[in-house]
Amino acid sequence: MSRAAGEAVPEVTTVAAQLDGGHHKELLRQMLLIRRFEEKCAELYSAAEIRGFVHLYIGEEAVAVGVNQALTPDDSIVSTYREHGHALVRGIPLDSVMAEMYGRTTGCSRGRGGSMHLFDVSRRFYGGNAIVGGGLPLAIGFALADRMRGEERVTACFFGDGAVAEGEFHECMNLAALWDLPVLFCCENNLYAMGTALERAQAQTDLALRAGTYGMAAWPVDGMDVIAVEHAARNAAEAVRAGGGPHFLELRTYRFRAHSMYDPELYRDKAEVEQWRHRDPIEMLVRRMRDAGELSDDELAATEEKLASQIEASLAVARAAPAEPVEDLTKFVYSPESS
Amino acid sequence: MSDDGQVKTTYREALRAAIREALQRDDRVFLMGEDVGRYGGCFAVSLGLLEEFGPERIRDTPMSESAFVGAGIGAAMAGMRPIVEIMTVNFSLLALDQIMNNAATLLHMSGGQCNVPLVIRMTTGAGRQVAAQHSHSLEGWYAHIPGIRVLAPATLEDARGMLWTALQDPDPVLIFEHGSLYNMQGMLAADAGPVDIRSAKVRREGGDVSLITYGGTLGKTLSAAEQLKAEGIDAEVIDLRSLRPLDDATIMASVARTHRAVIVDEGWRAGSLSAEVSARITEQAFYELDAPVARVCSAEAPMPYPRHLEEAALPQPDSIMAAARQVVS
Repeated sequence: MSRAAGEAVPEVTTVAAQLDGGHHKELLRQMLLIRRFEEKCAELYSAAEIRGFVHLYIGEEAVAVGVNQALTPDDSIVSTYREHGHALVRGIPLDSVMAEMYGRTTGCSRGRGGSMHLFDVSRRFYGGNAIVGGGLPLAIGFALADRMRGEERVTACFFGDGAVAEGEFHECMNLAALWDLPVLFCCENNLYAMGTALERAQAQTDLALRAGTYGMAAWPVDGMDVIAVEHAARNAAEAVRAGGGPHFLELRTYRFRAHSMYDPELYRDKAEVEQWRHRDPIEMLVRRMRDAGELSDDELAATEEKLASQIEASLAVARAAPAEPVEDLTKFVYSPESS
Repeated sequence: MSDDGQVKTTYREALRAAIREALQRDDRVFLMGEDVGRYGGCFAVSLGLLEEFGPERIRDTPMSESAFVGAGIGAAMAGMRPIVEIMTVNFSLLALDQIMNNAATLLHMSGGQCNVPLVIRMTTGAGRQVAAQHSHSLEGWYAHIPGIRVLAPATLEDARGMLWTALQDPDPVLIFEHGSLYNMQGMLAADAGPVDIRSAKVRREGGDVSLITYGGTLGKTLSAAEQLKAEGIDAEVIDLRSLRPLDDATIMASVARTHRAVIVDEGWRAGSLSAEVSARITEQAFYELDAPVARVCSAEAPMPYPRHLEEAALPQPDSIMAAARQVVS
């Protein structure tokens, strides 16, 4: 299934059946979970309850939620330091993600990783990688292992537009295509590599076009439209699973909040942010569902209320959770059976 | 084979036998790197293995150090047992991100979930007039990093035996093969097999001074020790073998016997492995010392091409002997 870059995503009839009202509600719930969780994180950060670098995904929720629909529990995920959304929709329990923000033993990385390094091997979620482009070679390795053992697994690899400037990105695009590896590359193009706009960093800003030159199918997708993302991701993942080699999605999206909690946002106009907020992925889906009679105000309020209480509960659990004992500082530098 | 069960072999052949054994014994093992297959390995270590095991398990890669080292990390996490070959330690710097930021950190950063059972082999060291981008000894840098093991096989036994043990380790192991050793010839037990990768070894016993070294300078140090004997200096030679973790006990026991130490390291002196060994002796065996610890290291310069300058830049038997005489006097 070879396709030139920029070509439209093919229609697949099997998808349509799943896009009913109930499914939309689940997409909405997941996007709201990410948003409300992260709003709480921002609040906790301001209150100095959580520290370190915290990179919010707000505005980009449709990407994580849409792509996740195309993955099975047996697939592998490699993500970035802006990974709260990917982790939550993958099913890493809210309590253990919140506990990780607090650096507690009950966190999904025992508190040792923090916001940027969420891991859950039982869900095949391999971080949480905070070196731009650094996760791509790992994804190549997972896919290579699957290929060598005849597994039908897909490895979904998330990274941003900033990674496209890294040498590792190009090494990995080439290797994935050369070895025909089952990787779904998910480029979250939010138009900024930290504070550097895409056109100030890239000579060719059409990232799907560039990926296509490596000989893999590469499609641009409206990353603010969760249904479009799901549709493209299902098509791409199905093709990868069927042995069609690596596929590349350029998910065009936008980060509404600052790069991290330290960022005064001197590099972009407020007007630009406002303009993108009109395409808020959550509001767009809500409008669509209301127009189709799929969502009432009461239902939305009930969903919000439930999420708010889950987040509050996770907060209470995290605050009360034990910290790693200092005596265990050097535990896990080497495996227990090694040291 | 000779009557006593010994076979004549080379360091290169011993390494190849180790790789072959690993591929035969464990389906999860594969070799990956630049020119390991059709070319036969840039130092001919893997010559013939492609024909024997096929291109899936003897996997040629593009010139993409970061991607194929990282792919080795990912494959190891996914349950494989990759052996990744990097042509030289200088090239490994292109993969330093993957080694440092992923291989060494993933287990701790993930709270114990992601161990990386990966072996990376690479060539190190000078002596072949290949100048300043193919000759350095940077294994001391790697020995700085918690989370990895660093090995330096200096003998045929270790070339033959370290790999299998390294592959059984749940964590990343880097094996540094000194480029001047590949043609080293000698006798090896026909049934030679896995060796321990944790201890230093006394390669020559002596009571007057401890010469502490590893890898490519072991031969030079042993040669210096033999010549010192004629001068009445009885030198002990310690082969570190494992550069991380260091076997402090063997080092300190030797220093306690000889009361004098010279560290011989082809790496640079400043901020180096030799500095680390010296510091540990000072910390742990200060009152055993009868003289300050001495070091013989490479000149603080990029490695030059012409033979006379390269020789002058490197530790040599003469400079090792001079250092030994000084601490003994």
